Amino acid sequence: MSVTPFDAASVTMPAEGTSLWKSARRRLVRNRAAMGGLIVLTIIAALAILAPYISAHAMDDISWENIGTPPDWASGYYFGTDSNGRDLFARTLYGARVSLMVGILASIVSLVIGVIYGAVAGYLGGTVDNVMMRIVDILYSLPFMFFVILLTVFFGRNILLIFVAIGAVQWLDMARIVRGQTMALKHREFIEAAHAFGASSTAIVRRHIIPNILGPVMVFVTLTVPQVILLESFLSFLGLGVQEPMTSWGVLISDGAREMETAPWSLLFPATFLAVTLFALNFLGDGLRDALDPKDR
Amino acid sequence: MFSFVAKRLLGAVPTLFVIITIAFFMIRLAPGGPFDSERAVPAEIQENLNRVYHLDQPLIGQYWLYLKSVLEGNFGPSFSYKDYSVTELIWAGFPVSMELGLTAVFLAVIIGGGLGALAALKQNRTADYTIMTAAMTGITIPNFVMAPLLTLVLGVYLRVLPVGGWGNGHELKYKILPVVALALPQIAYVSRLTRGSMIEVLRSNFIRTARAKGLSEWLTVTRHAARAAFLPVVSYLGPACAGIITGSVVIEQIFSIPGIGRYFIQGALNRDYTLVMGVVIFYGVLIILFNLLVDVLYGVLDPKLAHR
Amino acid sequence: MTASQDLPAWKTGHQGPLLVVDQLETRFATPDGSVSAVNGVSFTVDKGETIGIVGESGSGKSQVLMSIMGLLPHNGTSTGSVQFDGREILGLRREELNKIRGTQMAMIFQDPMTALNPYLTVGRQLTEVLTFHQSMNPALAREQAREVLEQVHIPEPGKRLDMYPHELSGGMRQRVMIAMGMLCRPDLLIADEPTTALDVTIQAEILDLLAEQQAVTGTAIILVTHDLGVVAGLCDRVMVMYGGRIVEQGPVRDIFYDPQHPYTRALLLSMPRLDDDLSGDLPTIAGQPPNLARMPPGCAFAPRCGFASDQCRISVPPLREIAPGRAKACTLDRLVA
Repeated sequence: MSVTPFDAASVTMPAEGTSLWKSARRRLVRNRAAMGGLIVLTIIAALAILAPYISAHAMDDISWENIGTPPDWASGYYFGTDSNGRDLFARTLYGARVSLMVGILASIVSLVIGVIYGAVAGYLGGTVDNVMMRIVDILYSLPFMFFVILLTVFFGRNILLIFVAIGAVQWLDMARIVRGQTMALKHREFIEAAHAFGASSTAIVRRHIIPNILGPVMVFVTLTVPQVILLESFLSFLGLGVQEPMTSWGVLISDGAREMETAPWSLLFPATFLAVTLFALNFLGDGLRDALDPKDR
Repeated sequence: MFSFVAKRLLGAVPTLFVIITIAFFMIRLAPGGPFDSERAVPAEIQENLNRVYHLDQPLIGQYWLYLKSVLEGNFGPSFSYKDYSVTELIWAGFPVSMELGLTAVFLAVIIGGGLGALAALKQNRTADYTIMTAAMTGITIPNFVMAPLLTLVLGVYLRVLPVGGWGNGHELKYKILPVVALALPQIAYVSRLTRGSMIEVLRSNFIRTARAKGLSEWLTVTRHAARAAFLPVVSYLGPACAGIITGSVVIEQIFSIPGIGRYFIQGALNRDYTLVMGVVIFYGVLIILFNLLVDVLYGVLDPKLAHR
Repeated sequence: MTASQDLPAWKTGHQGPLLVVDQLETRFATPDGSVSAVNGVSFTVDKGETIGIVGESGSGKSQVLMSIMGLLPHNGTSTGSVQFDGREILGLRREELNKIRGTQMAMIFQDPMTALNPYLTVGRQLTEVLTFHQSMNPALAREQAREVLEQVHIPEPGKRLDMYPHELSGGMRQRVMIAMGMLCRPDLLIADEPTTALDVTIQAEILDLLAEQQAVTGTAIILVTHDLGVVAGLCDRVMVMYGGRIVEQGPVRDIFYDPQHPYTRALLLSMPRLDDDLSGDLPTIAGQPPNLARMPPGCAFAPRCGFASDQCRISVPPLREIAPGRAKACTLDRLVA
């Protein structure tokens, strides 16, 4: 059998890089639920960003004459007011800011931690990998909620540190995925061949490792963000999250639940926003996962 | 079988150790001590209190003392509920949380499993879509949103159920809303799981053989498909238990139910070290034991794993 | 064999061929369009006969069996006619079909490991056929199950009844499948590649077992395989399938020694023989099997046939009789070996 010679350039070119993204994008666009989710998210994000410009009142403006009033277009209290006379519309939108920010930042934190941890474990292999993964296993079996609560007690109510706390708890899945990918890639012959032909490590990383990890990473982020938003809302609901006068959907829902007999709108609006955002994120995440890795449902 | 159980219990020790250690140092290092919220206490009394509760010892010393007492089954006195020891509080709250939790697990398996199987049998028809959409809703909407909404509809608007409280512990009407709110996400998840598993099983070769033998569809599904399809559900019981424990904390808070979860939250808010520690360790042990039980159960149900 | 020789109530005592398949067509609806797996297949099976159906993967041979037994998945539909014991069974309601399946018509499958339920004991999977179809008392059913395991030469049959499939070897599992099929003494046993998943030495044993069962009970057998050697040993007649159609059929000896269809001939040539000269390349059939979603207008084999004419490519040659009991679907008059 004769051996076909090949050159370094063809080895560093990705085998199926571009076409994977194109076909994935096509599949994603065809998924109506995912596209719907994307649109909804864009709208909510826009509302959050434009919050100070479109709300008639400031979010922490207390108005003694308007305590617990129902929604009213004319007065500018589009969603009504809460028990302290504050505009629910503005507060809901600011809550959107907090939730979305927390979601993205915490996901980035867990992404960074997870990728580094996983890549190191996967690359080094052997005992180091065994120990690192055993730690992951142990941490995985612990109920997170307890530790997040303890962490927030530890870090206090500083919003930035809440991001970090939540992210620090979510990185395990990413670490596992990245470690798996790194190990699989480490042993692929074309990496060794590429080395042998003098392709630089950065080129290898860029052309081979990154495209193979990017898919799972994107899916992970879109599925982690709703989990993080959920966690933050959960903490805020219990009173362990963001502090006054900052607000988040969890706080609003908690307040709304208390007032629900007399002012049901104060529960319904933030609850709806939270539910809709979570749905949208989940649809988008599912759609991305199906687009990048189509399987029969 | 014994060696299996023993090995698993042994493997659980480091996990428990980690739980205790992390929780201990976390809560100790948190800013603010257990007596900060009280009115200002004169210096000597403060010193006395510190000595009695061992708060004047170096951190390592406190840890060691704590470890010793835990192994003796003593979690110490509660800092916030002055007249009670942590053990007493856990003992009091446990039956309530247990009743809530077990009922929820039961509902999750029975209702979730049933709905999921139904969805699989009517795949891609109306029943399937309805059930799966409901399941999606149950999974996505968090329980602290669902519970108030349910209460709003059933407790406030329709006035058929009380909005909170536990009554004397024996009245059904107080239990319905919390149990339902707690079970809903699990029912949703189990139904999705069962549906997927059942669909796959119905495609498998041995189901084809059962049909080729001329067995009725009912027999094929109940005797042949069900056992295979429900194994993943049994596997899921472990994480389900953890999920229900997590959920119970919120549910007990919302409905003012005197269970362990509520003590935990109060403890966290009041920096009640011993109470929080005690609950965390207790739950940790519970989860480990439950996971072990589930693994044993799975081993019994799957003949490929049953050790002779 | 035990007990009653009375004909069970559902046997009609029909005279004539046991199975008559007429213009059977089976299509599957897929996201990529409609795939035709079986394209107008007709044949008959007499009582006590052994028929072999050979072809490559994708020739439609297994789908013919599935269509007859009513085991197609949701997206499969069959048209045409299948008459069993004088009665039309294609399109029969499931409840009615279940009275025949397992009792008069039985099927055994390719991979006994996945074809048997791993979560039930062997005994259970056997006795349920009897308790369900004949409302038999469970103790009696167990006794009969034990006996039938003995008849398929499984040692220590009593013990095996309480074992699970994964505790048996591949060959034993297939014996269990055969036993399961023979429990109600069916008139027709359908075997879908029964030896493909087994070791070569076990293959021979299983084939012998099938022959033995047939000799004892007089069951007709339809055997589907891609292995010509299997056919040669067991079958009276053989049908060669390609692209969802029968391209040649006839007695085994005639087909093997005087193939009249180019595909049959190529298939026989591609079989390595013990007395072959080993120095040359292994002969293969050039080209690819047809795409069942987009079948060519003419003969499906034309693209790969050395004798294809324009006529072959335009229209499908019908299956025509070239001698008593022999037929082929080819425009050629005579193929010289």
